[in-house]
Amino acid sequence: MNSNARHERWIAFAMILPSIILLAIFVYGFIGWTGLVSVSKWDGIQPDYTFVGLDNYRQLFSRVAGGIAATRFYTGLWNTFFFTIFFLLLCVGFGLLLAILLDQKVKGEGIFRTIYLFPMAISFVVTGVVWQWIFAPGTESRPRGINALLGQLGLEHLKWGWYTDPTAIGPFHVALIPVFIAAAWQMIGYTMAMYLAGLRAIPDDLREAGRVDGASGIGVYRHIVMPLLRPITFSALIVLGHISLKIFDLIYTMTGKGPAFATDVPGIFMFETTFQGNHYAQGAAISVIMLLMVALVIIPYLIYSFRQEVEL
Amino acid sequence: MTARFNPARAAVYALLVLFALIFLIPVYVLLSSSLKTFAEVQDLSKLWSLPQGLNLESFRAAWSGIPEKGLRGLAPNLLNSFKLTIPATIISAMLGSMNGYVLSKWKFRGANVVFPLMLFGMFIPYQAVLVPLTITLARVGLGGSLWGLILVHVVYGIPITTLIFRNYYTEVPNEMVEASRIDGAGFFGIYRYILFPLSLPGFVVVIIWQFTNIWNEFLFAVTTLQKPELQPITVALRNLSGSQIKEWNVVMAGAIIAAVPTLIVYIIMGRYFIRGLLAGSVKG
Repeated sequence: MNSNARHERWIAFAMILPSIILLAIFVYGFIGWTGLVSVSKWDGIQPDYTFVGLDNYRQLFSRVAGGIAATRFYTGLWNTFFFTIFFLLLCVGFGLLLAILLDQKVKGEGIFRTIYLFPMAISFVVTGVVWQWIFAPGTESRPRGINALLGQLGLEHLKWGWYTDPTAIGPFHVALIPVFIAAAWQMIGYTMAMYLAGLRAIPDDLREAGRVDGASGIGVYRHIVMPLLRPITFSALIVLGHISLKIFDLIYTMTGKGPAFATDVPGIFMFETTFQGNHYAQGAAISVIMLLMVALVIIPYLIYSFRQEVEL
Repeated sequence: MTARFNPARAAVYALLVLFALIFLIPVYVLLSSSLKTFAEVQDLSKLWSLPQGLNLESFRAAWSGIPEKGLRGLAPNLLNSFKLTIPATIISAMLGSMNGYVLSKWKFRGANVVFPLMLFGMFIPYQAVLVPLTITLARVGLGGSLWGLILVHVVYGIPITTLIFRNYYTEVPNEMVEASRIDGAGFFGIYRYILFPLSLPGFVVVIIWQFTNIWNEFLFAVTTLQKPELQPITVALRNLSGSQIKEWNVVMAGAIIAAVPTLIVYIIMGRYFIRGLLAGSVKG
């Protein structure tokens, strides 16, 4: 019996082992390999693993030695920063608003929910194609997209170049505005669904108790509901934040790197320098930095999630 | 019980409708542009107006291409997407179910370390594995083939499918497993007669999630498949929209063709889609 149980345990382990091995190779092995490329001289079609230390990283960050690469990388990091901030604000703000609205026992809730969430079911590529059309500025005499609409509405003064405008306010490129609007359009439904699940998990008696204690409708939300939603906001920020740190498909389809890298992000830089420029070592260095940024957000989150689970 | 006009409730509905309309702007753009002729989309004064008639010419062009303009049709790519997505979804769902079973009912020593390490794989920027991945696929003879991309999606799908099934099976009482073990059922018996029959909703969630994600994926597809005739629809659509002669009506029709399969799944199975979505934030 005892040896039989042990035998069964071995079978169980043997069944999960292939997955563990595959992930060990495809995730950790390949990351290590990319790390190796990032400290190599590989710059061309032929692999060259000659060790050059942190030269590739230094080039990305050094204004003197890096030339265009440094400019591009800095711009991409700033763009990622602003994109992330605005994308998160829009998703959390509107996601919460829509969830609270839908939580008012409205008729047709299912229809509204379906409409707010459907963008999550389609590809970033499709989103990029449509929003590229919407925000395409056209020319002064032949306006397109929103500019054409603004012209028809007599709002000529609101026309601008959208994602083709290279203007920067400090390190913030205004061309990012259409891009994070498109991204938010796609992901607001996700935060809404998270908040709605959270709201539905709050027992009615808890809100009722608040009302009995004299809290107004808004008061119940402020003092009872919102504190309970805090863990959801946290999860949403992490999940959306890590998506925006590695964003690629949407921007690549919608605007590409933009004028003077106005909408460039490390994901696009990595893709172009590696697969179009054959600068493998530089591409690897960029992807290692992307990985570090994501890991900084995700690893504490995973630890936090598992701690909580143990407590439960 | 007469319904009185309540300004607060009216405001709630007004906002809900307003947001719904804003969310549907891209749908309007897709539908109206795709139903126009090329001449119609060229007329910028009618950019936002409804099409003059239901012209399906752009769908035909997006589907089978316009050879004389060098425009490739998307039909083969749509088929590729199915050939890619269906096997990858099924295999990763089966692997996830088995892994979830082991991690919830047969915890081995070190499982608490292995599982988070597996999960980390679903958050990484895939840029950090792309070059070794393409080299390895080429070495094992899967470079530039749909099978290679299927393998890629199976492997990188393991974390999420395992997570969903593990959380799902954790809900199954251990007493049931124990009772069946006393009855003499082994590892596979317990899976076959206890867990698997209860798994249908779990499978639906995972299959919908994987189908949607793999269908919509772009980065792996564009880096592993160079031949246009092998590429899935996301890559083909991006090529169509990036081409020099931009026939917006055809591009929009193509975008609709690319979006319809996952949208159908979403509209029919929305409830399960949401469950998959929420599972992605780690705590199931």
